[in-house]
Amino acid sequence: MIVNMGPHHPSMHGVLRLIVTLDGEDVIDCEPILGYLHRGMEKIAENRTIIQYLPYVTRWDYLATMFTEAITVNGPEQLGNIQVPKRASYIRIIMLELSRIASHLLWLGPFMADIGAQTPFFYIFRERELIYDLFEAATGMRMMHNYFRIGGVAADLPHGWIDKCLDFCDYFLIGISEYQKLITRNPIFLERVEGVGIIGTEEVINWGLSGPMLRASGIQWDLRKVDHYECYDEFDWEVQWQKEGDSLARYLVRIGEMTESIKIIQQALEGIPGGPYENLEIRYFDRERNPQWNDFEYRFISKKPSPTFELPKLELYGRVEAPKGELGIFLMGDQSGFPWRWKIRPPGFINLQILPQLVKRMKLADIMTILGSIDIIMGEVDR
Amino acid sequence: MIIDTTEVQDINSFSRLEFLKEVYGIIWVLIPIFTPVLGITIGVLVIVWLEREISAGLQQRIGPEYAGPLGVLQALADGAKLLFKENLLPSRGETRLFSIGPSIAVISILLSYSVVPFGYRLVLADLNIGVFLWIAISSIAPIGLLMSGYGSNNKYSFLGGLRAAAQSISYEIPLTLCVLSISLLSNSSSTVDIVEAQSKYGFGGWNLWRQPIGFIIFLISSLAECERLPFDLPEAEEELVAGYQTEYSGIKFGLFYVASYLNLLVSSLFVTVLYLGGWNISIPNIFGSELFDFEINKRYGIFGATISIFITLAKTYLFLFIPITTRWTLPRLRMDQLLNLGWKFLLPISLGNLLLTTSFQLFSL
Repeated sequence: MIVNMGPHHPSMHGVLRLIVTLDGEDVIDCEPILGYLHRGMEKIAENRTIIQYLPYVTRWDYLATMFTEAITVNGPEQLGNIQVPKRASYIRIIMLELSRIASHLLWLGPFMADIGAQTPFFYIFRERELIYDLFEAATGMRMMHNYFRIGGVAADLPHGWIDKCLDFCDYFLIGISEYQKLITRNPIFLERVEGVGIIGTEEVINWGLSGPMLRASGIQWDLRKVDHYECYDEFDWEVQWQKEGDSLARYLVRIGEMTESIKIIQQALEGIPGGPYENLEIRYFDRERNPQWNDFEYRFISKKPSPTFELPKLELYGRVEAPKGELGIFLMGDQSGFPWRWKIRPPGFINLQILPQLVKRMKLADIMTILGSIDIIMGEVDR
Repeated sequence: MIIDTTEVQDINSFSRLEFLKEVYGIIWVLIPIFTPVLGITIGVLVIVWLEREISAGLQQRIGPEYAGPLGVLQALADGAKLLFKENLLPSRGETRLFSIGPSIAVISILLSYSVVPFGYRLVLADLNIGVFLWIAISSIAPIGLLMSGYGSNNKYSFLGGLRAAAQSISYEIPLTLCVLSISLLSNSSSTVDIVEAQSKYGFGGWNLWRQPIGFIIFLISSLAECERLPFDLPEAEEELVAGYQTEYSGIKFGLFYVASYLNLLVSSLFVTVLYLGGWNISIPNIFGSELFDFEINKRYGIFGATISIFITLAKTYLFLFIPITTRWTLPRLRMDQLLNLGWKFLLPISLGNLLLTTSFQLFSL
């Protein structure tokens, strides 16, 4: 019997269409059909400068927005060999880790809702609202912050933000232990999730998976440790990994990653250069304005593009450890403001490839569990 | 010349007195039927409100607050909305099966209310087979679900209907065995006798203490019969949209909704009757005063009857807290795990329970 789990679906997985061939309750085959959310992001990038393109990138992975912005500015920074000041790097790390926690939280809610427990969905939004408040104070927007810039961030942290963030960290550790008590030792949950969707170590590397799927199958590969980017080396944290490779292992890896992120955030907040109450942006405004840009030529003319960063004629593949996997861009610069080619390597797209193989021989109810544990988001799968 | 009595009756039936007597007879039959029906309807409204308030509390939000004071009329508002929706029929499905399906599910559950005792003489039908009427008639409900699933001409609904029927059938047997153990303890299947048998030692006379394993198995099986979480795979939203209810709209969907809560209410009433002592006050006679005597209902007439109804409902609604909290806390069992639980785990345990009960009864004789 062929059943179509259509693009419209009550669970929050985005517009993914699955054509499932069933034999009673067993699944024989599953064919995912993508493209319902394709917006031509890569083509649009060829006609935008980096600053103009930044609002687009948050719409790839709209739950972990800081990572998409980070990769968008990291690429040109590496092309143009631009150094990032220490304080900006610390602020970036704090924002990235907060975004990682937010993404994992919003993975946990629909995952539990698919399994049947609808209450954790409300609990995660309670915590995510706190992160939204922090983001709104620092960047001005709750979700689609336009915060990272080439060479740093757009604005400094407001007065008192660091104390609020430390309070959030303390509160969140209590929240995580609440989830552990409610979910991790629940026998019904364990029955649904243990042994479901097992991926072996060899297979994971062959398929090219990344992120928590890789780490749940026994490979300790975390780009934050491998690439030594930003300032992650200055903090003391562990790579979370498990050995079994089933959905329970992926769940444990993500919960562990949330705890590690809190550790990183706390260390970064305490060690941020320039101290908590120094707002360097104010200092910038005190300087005399650049007279060239206040000249006659640059006033009252709106269509002239502002002086932008010119991408040199080189090519580069940059990557970050997004919560869903390895998010990368392949950037070919043209000696102009617009890139020649901007290819996005979305983690969800590559991770989704393994779905048909995993659901063979499983029951119908396991499809949703496995899909949930892969943690895809259609914004970046389709871009 | 003997006047034929039938002729006398015929002549008498034309007089006004006889006519009034007949009308009186008809009314006296109809009132006991309509009063429980009214009570059940209000009871379902209360359950819906209770579920929404409790789930809201669990999820750190406020429940309904706009429909009526404190949101108590929310269920009525939902029902009225469903009444006004368009009544869809699938174009190529079996229209007759589609329409009759929900009705069968509701009718079979409503019939079970006739054996629930609310007080000493307050039961619609004091049958000798009492509790087994409930079990037998509620087994008709899966037929209704199958009819709905098949008649919808939709693969999702069909799957859902099949799952629902399989689940209902598998969990009836542990349910029946638990009820059988209770009947053994009370020497009768009549619900009134079962409650009477629990009235001796007040709080300690409840069947809950004499049948703890049976209580737990009954709880799990009745949750499975009502298709509530953790057993609601037939209507699992994420997998099958809404299972056998997918194609329904308007008041037919409302019937399914109501059937689910009716089933829950009748299961909880039976828990109260079978395990929690029914209508007895259950405060042991330690004060020595005659006021708290458990035979209060027999002696104090209308006041006693009111107290009995009140106590039954209070126990039922206090018990209802458990299924509602369970629904919003636990995840859902997969279908094969669900059937495994019913056949391989609950059935042997309930058989063992029956064996234990029988041996205790034999030894005490």
